[in-house]
Amino acid sequence: MLFIEAHNISKSYSKTLAISDISFDVKKNELYGFIGPDGAGKTTLFRLLTTLLLPNSGTISINNWDVVKDYKTIRKNIGYMPGRFSLYQDLTVEENLTFFATIFGTTIKENYDLIRDIYVQIEPFKTRMAGKLSGGMKQKLALCCALIHKPELLVLDEPTTGVDSVSRKEFWEMLQNLRNSGITIVVSTPYMDEASLCDRVALMQNGKIMQINTPQGVISKFPKPLYAIRSDDMYLLKNELVNYIDCESVHIFGQNLHYTSKSKVLNVNNLTLFLEEKNHTGISISPINPSIEDCFIALMTENSTSDAK
Amino acid sequence: MRTILFLLQKEFLQIKRNKSMLPIIFVIPIIQLIILVNAATLELKHINMYIVDKELSTTSRQIVSKFKASPFFAVKSSSFSLSEAMNDLKRDKVDVIIHIPAGFERNLVRNNKAKVQVIINSINGTVGGIANAYVSSIIAEYNKKVIADLVSVTPNAFSATPSITVTSSFWYNPQLNYKTFMVPAVLVFLVTLIGMFLSALNLVREKELGTIEQINVTPIKKYQFIAGKLIPFWVIALFELAFGLTVGKLIFDIPMVGSIPLVFGVAAVYLLVVLGIGLFISTLVDTQQQAMFIAFFFMLIFILMSGVFTSAECMPEWAQQLNHINPIFYFIRVIRMILLKGSGFKDIVNEFVALSVYACFVLSLAIWRYRKVA
Repeated sequence: MLFIEAHNISKSYSKTLAISDISFDVKKNELYGFIGPDGAGKTTLFRLLTTLLLPNSGTISINNWDVVKDYKTIRKNIGYMPGRFSLYQDLTVEENLTFFATIFGTTIKENYDLIRDIYVQIEPFKTRMAGKLSGGMKQKLALCCALIHKPELLVLDEPTTGVDSVSRKEFWEMLQNLRNSGITIVVSTPYMDEASLCDRVALMQNGKIMQINTPQGVISKFPKPLYAIRSDDMYLLKNELVNYIDCESVHIFGQNLHYTSKSKVLNVNNLTLFLEEKNHTGISISPINPSIEDCFIALMTENSTSDAK
Repeated sequence: MRTILFLLQKEFLQIKRNKSMLPIIFVIPIIQLIILVNAATLELKHINMYIVDKELSTTSRQIVSKFKASPFFAVKSSSFSLSEAMNDLKRDKVDVIIHIPAGFERNLVRNNKAKVQVIINSINGTVGGIANAYVSSIIAEYNKKVIADLVSVTPNAFSATPSITVTSSFWYNPQLNYKTFMVPAVLVFLVTLIGMFLSALNLVREKELGTIEQINVTPIKKYQFIAGKLIPFWVIALFELAFGLTVGKLIFDIPMVGSIPLVFGVAAVYLLVVLGIGLFISTLVDTQQQAMFIAFFFMLIFILMSGVFTSAECMPEWAQQLNHINPIFYFIRVIRMILLKGSGFKDIVNEFVALSVYACFVLSLAIWRYRKVA
């Protein structure tokens, strides 16, 4: 069953086109991720979903409610967590939660089951001002506030930006638990490693969706075998690989260079010889599985070359 | 209705937590009242005077002694040189020069006519005008006496000169006490300041902090949100008025002839206008800085045109027309009428209706302009 259906939506701010003709759908009870760098249009898209902006063209419906006509119903039934911490910093944890519960006409008690797992972690600080919480705590509180009225859809705009890696991991576990308890979740993130935790992802760049797939599907679509290459002088290695006759792409990924060749199968021996000629030592070339990030970069390069044409 | 209550609860909590709020509510009114009321007065005392008496006759000395005796003038120096006097005037050491030329007494007796030159520094027109009036009245007084003396020594003339005597009595402010006149006006500024700025800054603060984003996705209705922002500052400003009136009574002993509940009734409507303007401003702008400047712009115009420092009746026709949209003008007039004159509701009904219409208009504008969708 489709929960969100978006058809050909566009949105521009005066002259800047933020969202250009994108369509997607989200199934009920799905954890759906929008992955893309800053400025890809994720926040604009989320503001359209949450009825804070009106699209220039195209239609979006959430649970068959139209975002333009039925915005009142939608607002009652979604929880939105903006990218910027937007709770009252001069109210305590408990006061914030009570406030958001009451304006939705409910109480903390009524929906405590839903937030219990998250709230117990911040409960020891419930008399602390929200502004005085750490980054991870703030996100947990914001999630509680977005959940307190038992929404059918949760829209989270970059919830893990600026949060340490342990809290990020915890946060994604919470999201998965929430999805399992029946809430549809749409989340955006600039971190590629988080993409694999979603059920499906949409890879966004410059206001367009480049690909929609399951994380596994995205990876399996990677066109060529990928190799991790390293040597003792990484800086020179990159410059020389770029000049290698069979080189299609080479990117730095942590300790390694990720490399694809123009030919279907890389001739490892030839490449090793080439590098040895250039006096490289400690050369290692090994095939690896592509990550979402590899796929994203490949798609980006593909799009920019096709745009140039 | 319940939603509004929760919004109010939240606002009051935040106001209570705001550390600068208590001083704003309690210290500002006292300081403003004490400073402004004592400072902003048009009563002139001790005008510095330079006397150039080139004659030193009995008559001229009599005139000089009149000035010396007057509480309004302080004779700073005297000489025979008009140019020295002019130098002192230029250096701002004196404001008035009385020049009695040589042959003054002779002219007065022989020709029945003599001239005294009065030079007044009128950079501030009001002060110049008042100084001139004081000088003229002293000389006129003396003139009368001279006429009487001359008449009495001339046997053929009538024994008395006919004259019309004007006896004036000042109503509603018999001692022409400037403070009585100022306190109500300063109180109006005070509640206006508190109301307009606090409301204008509060809503835009939510925009700056991003909290409005979270509010906008909730089912809160526009009027509920505006009401939640309006009522707390309305209550604070009314409290402020009560506090200010108490201070005014205790320190300046201002008269309260009319009905105090009526003052509050009008204030309640007036504050809706002021708060509405503040809220409307804050729906238009994005930062507290912008809100501050725009609110300040309106405050300044409204205050200067309200007739506090210069009487509104003296303004040009177009300015008087413009005052029809100046809420401060209405309220200052009404509060003075009620407190000093004891006017009842019937006497102020026009102003009351004008303010009510204004309040409806501004508040609808603010609600209409507040957008939950960008």
